[in-house]
Amino acid sequence: MHQTDRSSKILARLIGYGWRHKLHFFGALLTMVASTFTVMVIPSLLGIAIDESVSSGSKSDLLRLALLIVFVSLLRGLFSYAHSYLSESVSQRSAFDLRNDIFTKLQGLSFAFHDKQQTGNLMSRATSDIDAVKWFMSMGVIRGLSTIVMFFGVSSLMLVTNWRLALICLVFVPIVIFRAIHMSKLLRSTWMNVQIETGHMTTVLQENLTGMKVVKGFGGGFYEAERFANRASAVSQLTYSATRLFASHSSLMVLIFTLATGVILWFGGREVVNDRLSFGELGAFILWMGLLAMPIRMIGWLLNTITRAVASGQRIFEILDAESPVKDRPGAIEISSIKGHVKFDSVSIAYDGKSAAIKDVEFEVQPGQLVAILGSSGSGKSTVVHLIPRFYEVTSGSIQIDGHDIRDITIHSLRKNIGIVLQDVFVFGATVRDNIAYGVDNAPLEDVITASKIAQLHDSVESFPQGYDTWVGERGITLSGGQRQRLAIARTMLLNPPILILDDSTSSVDVGTEYHIQQALSSVIQGRTTFVIAHRLSTVRKADLILVLDKGRVVESGTHDDLLEQNGFYQRTYELQLKPQEQLATSENVNSSEVRQ
Amino acid sequence: MISGGMGGMRQWGRSGLDSEQEGDRIYDHEVIVRLMQYVKPYWPKVLITFITILAYTGTIMAIPWFVQMIIGDYISNQDLSTPEILSGLDRLVAVYVVIAVIQYITNYTHLRIMAFVSQQILYSLRFDLFKHLQRMSMSFYDRNEVGSVMSRIQNDVQQLQEFVSIVIVTFGDILALAGIVGVMLYMDVGLALITLSVVPLLFVTLIIWQKFARQAFVRVRKTVASVNSGLQENISGVRVVQSMSREQTNIRRFGRANYDSLDANLQAGRFSAALIPSVEVLTALSLALVVYFGGIMVETPSDVGVLVAFALFIQRFFDPVRNLTMQYGQLQRAMVSGSRIFQLLDIKPDIRSKEGASKLVDFSGNVRFEGVGFHYRSGSEVLTDVNLNIDAGETVALVGPTGAGKTTIVSLMMRLYDATDGRILFDGKDIRDVDLESVSDFVSFVPQEPFLFSSSIEDNIRYNRKDIQRDQVVRAAELVGAHDFISNLDTGYDTHVSERGVNLSLGQRQLICFARALVAKPKVLILDEATANIDTPTEILIQRGLNELLRGRTAVIIAHRLSTIRSSDRIIVIDNGTIVETGKHEYLVDKGGLYSKLSNYS
Ligand SMILES: Nc1ncnc2c1ncn2[C@@H]1O[C@H](COP(=O)(O)OP(=O)(O)OP(=O)(O)O)[C@@H](O)[C@H]1O
Ligand SMILES: Nc1ncnc2c1ncn2[C@@H]1O[C@H](COP(=O)(O)OP(=O)(O)OP(=O)(O)O)[C@@H](O)[C@H]1O
Ligand SMILES: [Mg+2]
Ligand SMILES: [Mg+2]
Repeated sequence: MHQTDRSSKILARLIGYGWRHKLHFFGALLTMVASTFTVMVIPSLLGIAIDESVSSGSKSDLLRLALLIVFVSLLRGLFSYAHSYLSESVSQRSAFDLRNDIFTKLQGLSFAFHDKQQTGNLMSRATSDIDAVKWFMSMGVIRGLSTIVMFFGVSSLMLVTNWRLALICLVFVPIVIFRAIHMSKLLRSTWMNVQIETGHMTTVLQENLTGMKVVKGFGGGFYEAERFANRASAVSQLTYSATRLFASHSSLMVLIFTLATGVILWFGGREVVNDRLSFGELGAFILWMGLLAMPIRMIGWLLNTITRAVASGQRIFEILDAESPVKDRPGAIEISSIKGHVKFDSVSIAYDGKSAAIKDVEFEVQPGQLVAILGSSGSGKSTVVHLIPRFYEVTSGSIQIDGHDIRDITIHSLRKNIGIVLQDVFVFGATVRDNIAYGVDNAPLEDVITASKIAQLHDSVESFPQGYDTWVGERGITLSGGQRQRLAIARTMLLNPPILILDDSTSSVDVGTEYHIQQALSSVIQGRTTFVIAHRLSTVRKADLILVLDKGRVVESGTHDDLLEQNGFYQRTYELQLKPQEQLATSENVNSSEVRQ
Repeated sequence: MISGGMGGMRQWGRSGLDSEQEGDRIYDHEVIVRLMQYVKPYWPKVLITFITILAYTGTIMAIPWFVQMIIGDYISNQDLSTPEILSGLDRLVAVYVVIAVIQYITNYTHLRIMAFVSQQILYSLRFDLFKHLQRMSMSFYDRNEVGSVMSRIQNDVQQLQEFVSIVIVTFGDILALAGIVGVMLYMDVGLALITLSVVPLLFVTLIIWQKFARQAFVRVRKTVASVNSGLQENISGVRVVQSMSREQTNIRRFGRANYDSLDANLQAGRFSAALIPSVEVLTALSLALVVYFGGIMVETPSDVGVLVAFALFIQRFFDPVRNLTMQYGQLQRAMVSGSRIFQLLDIKPDIRSKEGASKLVDFSGNVRFEGVGFHYRSGSEVLTDVNLNIDAGETVALVGPTGAGKTTIVSLMMRLYDATDGRILFDGKDIRDVDLESVSDFVSFVPQEPFLFSSSIEDNIRYNRKDIQRDQVVRAAELVGAHDFISNLDTGYDTHVSERGVNLSLGQRQLICFARALVAKPKVLILDEATANIDTPTEILIQRGLNELLRGRTAVIIAHRLSTIRSSDRIIVIDNGTIVETGKHEYLVDKGGLYSKLSNYS
């Protein structure tokens, strides 16, 4: 009960998408009905022609009839052209709207949603599920309605011509409908499984292609092929069982109708012999039966399309209905430009509501200060900085910027004020220039170059044959690791944000380049609140505030000198990383002065 | 300048594949021939289908004939008495029922087998494409976007779903046509010829139509691929999109690509629809001819049987004709997709095992570069004249400024690319003479950019080596210091890793990649900044563990933090694609070259 209730809701929503194109929708419907009527007229014309030829056989009458048939068919051709185009148009436009809606929705859903999704799976919803809906729109809704019209049209014509014969034919109808409903129940779960498996298959494929370097490096081709084969064969098998079910159904429908025609012949023949029916009427009846077979066969087919659309619609609406916890509160304020005062007030977050990734983190940063965050892997450094642009919603506590709780600020204006270089660098398949200018519409080339110079990327780019117009492959595959990272720094620099966050942004850059980036940055970060996460202490020692995280808690905080005295993680790292260098440097004072220039 | 001021205007789907399409277009007949190769293994099934279709077609034709007999010979036969008519009627109707049942059986059988064969073929095509993609070398993936490659395995293969049934049904339709024509000729030659007179017109219409329609279908496939690329890219890059507040611009751009696709589809829709009225009018024309000439011809009521049968036949005659034309559109779409599929299958991987290449066995771990030069794109050399001998069991570190070519050097060692100059030797054997698959039995690596699959942590560490047991997985994790955090997770090693590992911190991902490289105890271990995102205390712990493991194994370590590499046997300094210095840490520091400069920055 519950399920059918939901099914009809899904269908109603899907039809709503077609409804937006009312003009085409109605056009398609009208032309369909019109062409259906013209189809039905032809047997009657033939019936008349038969009676005519038996009785008189007058040439002019026959000619008139013949021309009428051509004319009616011409009409039918035009109607069905219009119908075919218009219903295609409705279905393509609905698919267009759905795709746009999905895209818009996906762009807005929070990180927490995307963390759980697989690109391949989302892709399969935006492609193969939409295809099913498209099919439903043109073949399901419009064809479906016209099938009903055709069914009633033909049956009433039959009833009018000879109600006894008609009733005998129509006895079969309930059986057919009953069968069709039964079948659609069986089909529904099969189609859902087909779509789910298609999603899995897409995921395997998508991951394989994006991780090709690892696949190759580990000789995983066979293994991957096996994984893919499992999914692909599941898709094939399930599709086959659905089609088989459908085949058994549709052939049964044909049988029933061929038998019904037999009944007409048998019973109708008696009627003719008993002079209760004319030859022409019998002929027309048989032709009508042929016409009736179509809508009846369509019923099974329709239910097939509909059940498929329900399954797909469900998957599509799962995305469209996904609630994002990160959204603008009513009355959220726009902030234009901020000073950069940041305060964490006993902030905790638990991803998945399980164990907390950070617990009771508290600190306060004055505008323009440099904050460094250190800690071992998984200690929660990235989590802390991801909370500032509100990529995730805190579980408890609050974060304030310039005294406003960030949840009271519109997301757009909040993020406009924060530039973050994510730890996991993602570069788009585009030119270097488009990549650097990603966050700013129509940025002039000079600005792009300035940003690129700060990130020490300019020289590398100049060495490419096409300079800033060099196409970098998807995910920056044609760049070196350090080039990718510097590209990410450059594109954030171009944003010119009051708050700057660098999450381990020079980890893949050599120390020489890193030094130059720091030099360039030190002037840029003047007057901006800056958060830096780094493992190399050379990056962090000048910070106004250093926070050391361990298992989600702040365990040390202060300046370089404060922390060195604390004998903790910081001091240990310092020992391991810097001390030997300093010792070496003092022993080779001669070289270093020359090098540092 | 190509894109001056066009920030954000570019289209998606700049895929090498789609631009190659124009050049080597594969023609329809070739597509059909090659698809037939896929049908071949199922020939007994296909044969059964043909036979059942034959029988099915026979029953379809028999039925109008029966109707004619029933009406002509009995119902309208005034020579027979009523009881005679009725008993004849009973007999014929009984036979009719038998035919109907045969029709049912043959109909079901052929539909079912056809579905089976189609699905098998789709599966084989997908699988072949996938296997082919595994063989393509990295340079292919440098050029082609994932979304557009995926679109071939998915959408294009899907388009072929109907191919088999189209071919078989078409065959059936042609048979039916021949049969119907035969029966019509038998029943009345004149009337039959009149009916058939419209057929040449039909052919002309089709030929003209196909010229335009094909272009429209090609455009559809391309725009669909572009939409898919847009989706794919913006889903996987959604974190950057949001952090830079680019949503609105992207939505606008996606809207444009999407609209393009809509437009292409509508255009194709107009073409598809255009066939219908043409066929319809031609059908009507012949029906009208039959009505007129047939009507004149009718003299006795028994002739009415012929007329009704002819009317039925015309319906049945034009059914297959209509089917054929409809399917022709579908076939055109399938041909376009088929040629896209085979075009991909025809791309030869740049890197293949040579004929008779032998497997790498008992590899000691000695790697030698002899005058190796390399470029990704001709004209811009990335490596020049790299000479390097790494002894078995030696640990060497590669250092150098970013973009110097370190990753490239190790990629060549894994044969992700082939050197464009010189050669690389494993134990004195050119790696191009070694079986490609066997290299990975001895060489493992930690990629510079950690990549995890969405499966459990355990499966990620084990990856494709099925013989590896749980305790080996745990040991590898312990070695890289990942065991602690893994066992702290609620489900430990069974924890599901999201796509690319986004539910783990980057350092944690790196550790798992590290464990993955160690678990099989490779002869040669390549660490491309394997600890770049890991804190120094943990790193030192890992190093201590590694020293143990690396005994007797060759290691190539790329790192920027000098603390990471200080203790390696030899440090190789790379700059601008060549080796500029080699030696031990102390030596290089004293030497005062690039290395000592770098070490002073720390
Ligand atoms: N797939 C590719 N296609 C084209 N060019 C590439 C490709 N991969 C790397 N390059 C170019 O080759 C050069 C060397 O790259 P490589 O990745 O070997 O540098 P690297 O020394 O590893 O640098 P990093 O320390 O930044 O990782 C770079 O200029 C880079 O842009
Ligand atoms: N999206 C997520 N979903 C679930 N858990 C997560 C997610 N991101 C991080 N975690 C977990 O939260 C903890 C903190 O992760 P975080 O990324 O903040 O660490 P980090 O300090 O940045 O580490 P690293 O130095 O490795 O980057 C880790 O245990 C990690 O597994
Ligand atoms: Mg992190
Ligand atoms: Mg590299």
